[in-house]
Amino acid sequence: MRVEVAGQNAFIVYFAEQASAAVSAQIQAAADNVLAGMGDAIVDLVPSYASLLVIFDLDRSDPFAVRQQLHKALASVDAADLGAGELVTLPVYYSLESGPELELIAERGGISVDDVIAIHQQQEYRVYAIGFAPGFAYLGEVDERIAAPRLATPRQKVPRGAVAIADRQTAVYPAVSPGGWNLIGLCPTRMFDPLSNPSMPVKVGDRIRFSAIDRDEFLAQGGEL
Amino acid sequence: MSGFTVKQPGLLSLLHDRGRYGAHKLGLTTGGPLDFVAFDWANRLLGNDANATALEVGFGGLSLQAHIDTSFVITGATAPCKLNGEPIEQWCSHNISQGDQLEIGFATSGTRVYLAVGGGFDIAPSFGSTSTVVREKIGGQNGDKLQAGDHLPCTARPLQQHCYLPAPERPDYAREATLRVVTGYQQAAFSPVQQWRFFNSEYSLTDRCDRMGFRLEGENVHSDMVGMLSEGICLGAIQIPADGQPIVLMNDRQTIGGYPKIGSVIALDTARLGQMSAGASVRFESISIEQAHNIHCLARARFLRTMPQPC
Repeated sequence: MRVEVAGQNAFIVYFAEQASAAVSAQIQAAADNVLAGMGDAIVDLVPSYASLLVIFDLDRSDPFAVRQQLHKALASVDAADLGAGELVTLPVYYSLESGPELELIAERGGISVDDVIAIHQQQEYRVYAIGFAPGFAYLGEVDERIAAPRLATPRQKVPRGAVAIADRQTAVYPAVSPGGWNLIGLCPTRMFDPLSNPSMPVKVGDRIRFSAIDRDEFLAQGGEL
Repeated sequence: MSGFTVKQPGLLSLLHDRGRYGAHKLGLTTGGPLDFVAFDWANRLLGNDANATALEVGFGGLSLQAHIDTSFVITGATAPCKLNGEPIEQWCSHNISQGDQLEIGFATSGTRVYLAVGGGFDIAPSFGSTSTVVREKIGGQNGDKLQAGDHLPCTARPLQQHCYLPAPERPDYAREATLRVVTGYQQAAFSPVQQWRFFNSEYSLTDRCDRMGFRLEGENVHSDMVGMLSEGICLGAIQIPADGQPIVLMNDRQTIGGYPKIGSVIALDTARLGQMSAGASVRFESISIEQAHNIHCLARARFLRTMPQPC
């Protein structure tokens, strides 16, 4: 672990060169320790792929004290518990109707569309980071056979709930937005709802599984086509 | 219906408190006034809570009608301000009565005008803050900038004694500034020559400057980084993408990003930058996190020591 200055009231902790489930679990544990040990002095935390940004309150603490407390909080982060993080299952209506890039991905991988759908569901993903837009969770890593580069021309309008792949990451679009990821299905679960509590079904460090549903089930769960 | 009605919304008028903290884990940014110094003075001159909701009027052009007897103050960028057609002073509290028209013209020095009312505007917080972030559709009223016909609720708080901030204490919104930078993040990936170049060149503001980030142009600066993982971005972070032209990330920045950063501009100076517009020029000065802490404490002490003067 390496602690660097990020700004006047922020340090960034680097945990590894690459993201992995183990690193993600370690970052979660560190974030919990930092909040428990320095609660009032912390303004905000940003966990990401292999780092944790710690923003502190200059009127309640100072860089000297925070650096010291940070090292203390990090020292007690144990070997990562891979089982950590809640398991969340997200339903997906996979189809040519809801996943315009299914055929493209199948063609690239030399597999069938059914294979793409099966491979996407067969593993657990880890929430590596949340950003880009409210509720946008970056999940890693997809099987190499269904990895796909971003579209050369991004779409002006990706529908809410679109399940997508870019390189070896997958995500569910929390709201209608422009986007360049490959769309393979639609998820009826709201990924970000400011009026619900919690406003997101997942958080960084959680484990995610996708599970296929049919068109009727998708509509019954509030999905829109 | 007590409060104000929006007659003309202006170009970019946004309701803000001091910002949204603790919601980065959901991907929500901070928001808050670009120039917190002018914002803080607006609330202080009215005796408001430091986090009371006020309006950031980007570039001016706002016109309101009062449906209440209360007090207000206008700080920040210099703009012609009128109450029922009569010019009024900025950085000075005033009373306003039911039926009165308040106009803020276009800014002539600086870009963000702040309008606070006694007790603050009465807006329901979202994720702990009233700050409007249009990109996220969060905060303010319906997550949007002001529109003609909007109602801005507040309670009656006329003042008996008005106060002003003496002119020498008011910020100077010159079109040149030196921005202090706490070096850090990927600083080590910028060679000494590249760092020297960055800290010894003048950059000008392009027309692509908004509440997310200010894009500058000038000497190219390059890092040795070849691809990096996205990581958390703090206020003022200076991101330098492959084209070598720096971007200073501001209040509405995305919470994570994957471009190399040489350090972060301190908040007092992002506030200064937030008042500048295309064509203005800046230089950067490297300071340590300890120096930045001293600067923060001195500025804070000075703010608390400076007393508003009775009119």
